Amino acid sequence: MSHPNPVSRPGGASSRERVLGRIRRALADVPRDELPGSVPLDRDYLRVHGTRTPEQTADLLAVHLADYRALVHRCPADGLAELIATLLAERGARSAVVPDGLPDSWLTALTGVELVADTLALTARELDAVDSVVTGCAVAVAETGTIVLDGSAGQGRRRITLVPDHHICVVLAPGQIVDSIPEAMERLDPARPLTWISGPSATSDIELDRVEGVHGPRTLEVILVGEPAR
Amino acid sequence: MSGTYLGMPAFPEAAAKSTQDTQLRGNLRHATHTIRAKRAVAVAELDDWPQLRAAGAAVKDRTLRHLDHYLEQLETAVTAAGGVVHWAADAAEANRIVTDLVRATGETEVVKVKSMATQEIGLNEALAEAGIHAYETDLAELIVQLGDDLPSHILVPAIHKNRSEIRDIFTERMGDWGRAAPAGLSDEPADLADAARLHLREKFLRAKVAISGANFMVAETGTLVVLESEGNGRMCLTLPETLISVVGIEKTIPTWRDLEIYLQTLPRSSTAERMNPYTSTWTGTTEGDGPQTFHLVLLDNGRTDTLADTVGRQALRCIRCSACLNVCPVYERAGGHAYGSAYPGPIGAILTPQLRGTASALDASLPYASTLCGACYEVCPVAIDIPEVLVHLRERVVEGGAVTLRGTRAVIKPAKGHAAERAAMRAARWTLDHPAALRAGQRLAARTRRLHPARLPGPGRAWSATRELPAVPAESFRDWWQRTRGEGKNT
Repeated sequence: MSHPNPVSRPGGASSRERVLGRIRRALADVPRDELPGSVPLDRDYLRVHGTRTPEQTADLLAVHLADYRALVHRCPADGLAELIATLLAERGARSAVVPDGLPDSWLTALTGVELVADTLALTARELDAVDSVVTGCAVAVAETGTIVLDGSAGQGRRRITLVPDHHICVVLAPGQIVDSIPEAMERLDPARPLTWISGPSATSDIELDRVEGVHGPRTLEVILVGEPAR
Repeated sequence: MSGTYLGMPAFPEAAAKSTQDTQLRGNLRHATHTIRAKRAVAVAELDDWPQLRAAGAAVKDRTLRHLDHYLEQLETAVTAAGGVVHWAADAAEANRIVTDLVRATGETEVVKVKSMATQEIGLNEALAEAGIHAYETDLAELIVQLGDDLPSHILVPAIHKNRSEIRDIFTERMGDWGRAAPAGLSDEPADLADAARLHLREKFLRAKVAISGANFMVAETGTLVVLESEGNGRMCLTLPETLISVVGIEKTIPTWRDLEIYLQTLPRSSTAERMNPYTSTWTGTTEGDGPQTFHLVLLDNGRTDTLADTVGRQALRCIRCSACLNVCPVYERAGGHAYGSAYPGPIGAILTPQLRGTASALDASLPYASTLCGACYEVCPVAIDIPEVLVHLRERVVEGGAVTLRGTRAVIKPAKGHAAERAAMRAARWTLDHPAALRAGQRLAARTRRLHPARLPGPGRAWSATRELPAVPAESFRDWWQRTRGEGKNT
């Protein structure tokens, strides 16, 4: 095979053959006619742990998000713009980055917040000076308290949910919420760059005790929208 | 402690020293016991843990039995998605490839995501020789790097340091590497994490090149996966222009769906969380988002030698969760440095002697760095039977035999240090085959038992230095049976 990379050395191809050759010799015990897919693999693990109604699934998501110190809010669809404005105001945010494709209707109640567009020209340093970021998500996983962003409309480039210190993420319930990891995997396209977020950044590096807040946003607020009124 | 594993003493000597370090013992006991209890809770939440564990092992076995097939599939998929794939047969080649790639960018600084593979090959040292500064960005790796220390745990490399030791390192050393620690820094973990945030932010914002490893590589899609907690991984994977990932060939899994198993078992087994704070997946390059140049360096460095051993190859299933370290009574007391490689604890005791061979005194001693209690096997989320491999490797060290070293079949000689053990075993075999000799020997031993020394003389001294000699009974079982239940006796 040819490498487009200019620093690739002539030895590169031979190392490839050497490693593959070593593997084939190492696997002399594997019958030659054995197909990769024929090695036994039982997927008898559970697809979902437990049985829940969509409301119960949303409740579980909220509990699990909160377990890892995300701040969880709920509102009906017509209260979303108001809630986003309130959360940014409470935070004291003067600027917020917003990705392409974020519904305009989410931002109609903002006052005194400079909106920064997620463009290719926006540098990491400029982004570092922005207070908050508002996005949607691709899917949320109740069992693990996880939201997944895939960079499609309303979610933006990966860095915008990383550099600002405050992330507001909107989850549309019940449509965007699944129970389990296997259910989430089916909905996601691996060709897109994915970011799985379970609470604000954290570390267990000091005495194996968990501390929230290292490099990613130290405050993660998740809004579950459009649940039936209760 | 300086930042290299070269020339480290064999495990018994290193452990004899480290077990006397009461500070280290205290730090390790606290940390391992904390995580042990939390992990048990996180695992107990899943009713299907045994099934997930078996499936996790099966996916890895499927991959390993057809590793050539899956690597070629992976290479095709990564290349199609805009990545460039390199192959490295050993550490030197991997270091050379990465050094050349960094040089080609014209940069002299790189930011690094915590990576076992780059620790294993000594990449930072190789880059330093080429005048390239590699900045570790994981909090624990930063502590280790600033302290001119070595990692001692897979997940928490600075586990041997407590909070006040970390505060001292930050206060004394951060200024030499960039932004100094804030004046009057406390030893509260939150304040220490904040100091790291400030120190590293400037490095993230200006970095042009990042180096990472990966937890998984999906062959069918060409997707790489990194699980992390702090966000330093995301910084490295998304802000720079060039990303170089150095990944062991055994990190491959066949399909996207297979990931659903490990995303459930790895976080719970590792940090005892339902899910780690951040997981990033990327497939080649994405226009307008993240690094526009992506290199994948596939690393062998002894993995194919390990694969050639049908008993030992199960070690390649390892997903580096470190649960086996946290339950190991030997690790808890000896600490990670005694294992003399990037891979400490029970998994290191079977992985290192296979990746490097058993020629050095240190590597030959590692299969003995265990009580064979089996706790490691019990907690392993991919069911690696570590005690089985330990015993297998002990046999290799004592008996010698056929192995694969750097891709070539070789026959290694029995280790010299075990001549007395072999002689004792031969004598035992002969004696057990000759009942009269056994009986005579037992009676003689019983009559002279008051005269037995507490320590063996000669070659047996090393053995009895760490063991109580078994007490010889006044009467052997065979004599007792003969006397009480033997022919002519009524019960």
